[in-house]
Amino acid sequence: MASKSADDLPEEVQSWIEQERYTEKTEFPIEMGYVMTTLSATQNGNPLYWDAKVAEELTGGPITLPTMVSVWFRPHDWSPGRTEPAVPLQLHFDLKEKLGLPEAVMSDNTIVFGEPIRPGDELTTTQILYSVSGLKTTKLGTGRFWDFGVRIVNQKGELCAEERYTGFGYNRD
Amino acid sequence: MSADILLGDVSVGTELPVLEKLVKPVTVVLGAMASRDWRPQHHDYKFATGNNGLDDIIMNTPNLAAWFERYVTDWTGPKGRIGRIKFRMKDSVYPGDTMQFAGKVTGVEAGAGGVGWVDVAIELSAGDKSCVGCEARVAIPESAEANPWSLKGDAWKP
Repeated sequence: MASKSADDLPEEVQSWIEQERYTEKTEFPIEMGYVMTTLSATQNGNPLYWDAKVAEELTGGPITLPTMVSVWFRPHDWSPGRTEPAVPLQLHFDLKEKLGLPEAVMSDNTIVFGEPIRPGDELTTTQILYSVSGLKTTKLGTGRFWDFGVRIVNQKGELCAEERYTGFGYNRD
Repeated sequence: MSADILLGDVSVGTELPVLEKLVKPVTVVLGAMASRDWRPQHHDYKFATGNNGLDDIIMNTPNLAAWFERYVTDWTGPKGRIGRIKFRMKDSVYPGDTMQFAGKVTGVEAGAGGVGWVDVAIELSAGDKSCVGCEARVAIPESAEANPWSLKGDAWKP
């Protein structure tokens, strides 16, 4: 359940709460090369991802690593026609800008997994802001916590994952 | 990686084997690039320390999630299917840290379709520093014939 939001938020930010924003589709192919890179980065030898026979037996063919769910929506740092770097979790960056909190870290993250994501899938995601706290001071600085979620479905409308994040945006003291 | 464990092999209090990994700068950068995270605090020392007040570049959250997944499925074997994972960031992981993943089973329950659920609490620490607390809920088979990956729709309730 979302926390109650602070009373001193800018009206625009207040209007975002409980609203679906940034409906997006994956902008690059979901394929096993990316999975192999994550497996290599974490030295993960799970044969489900390395052995086609195991994948066929257990999952009816190759699947991607479930915890890579957010990777599929991270935009290219540069692409033709783009004048500024695109950022993932745009809602998070909008909050930083609108609340005047230039630095931020993520403190909590929950992911609930559904249908496995497979190479060739086309995914759609939406972002939802649940709450924004009053001003708080931590060892990093003074700022606000915000709680927001991301839903991801595949081309069949099957829920692949729901993510929930808590971010802390701050000014260094 | 273990052969697949079965629900009957597990009880509350079962400890997972500890995993240790020395973090080098390449560990941080490789993980960030693998997760398509181009933000400078994960590859730019001057930005991480000068702008963000950190001690060095830091491991990014999506890659840490993949490390937690690796740690759990090293124990369960390939049939282990993570249903839910929650983590709380407490402190940053820097180059020079030795990550230590230590998990313990906190719950075991039978489920449907020959598949049961195991709850695991995992602590990621680096020396005396507690970095991330994680709770994972993973589906594992009750018998050698069962397969958690076969559950779909309403049968899959993480």
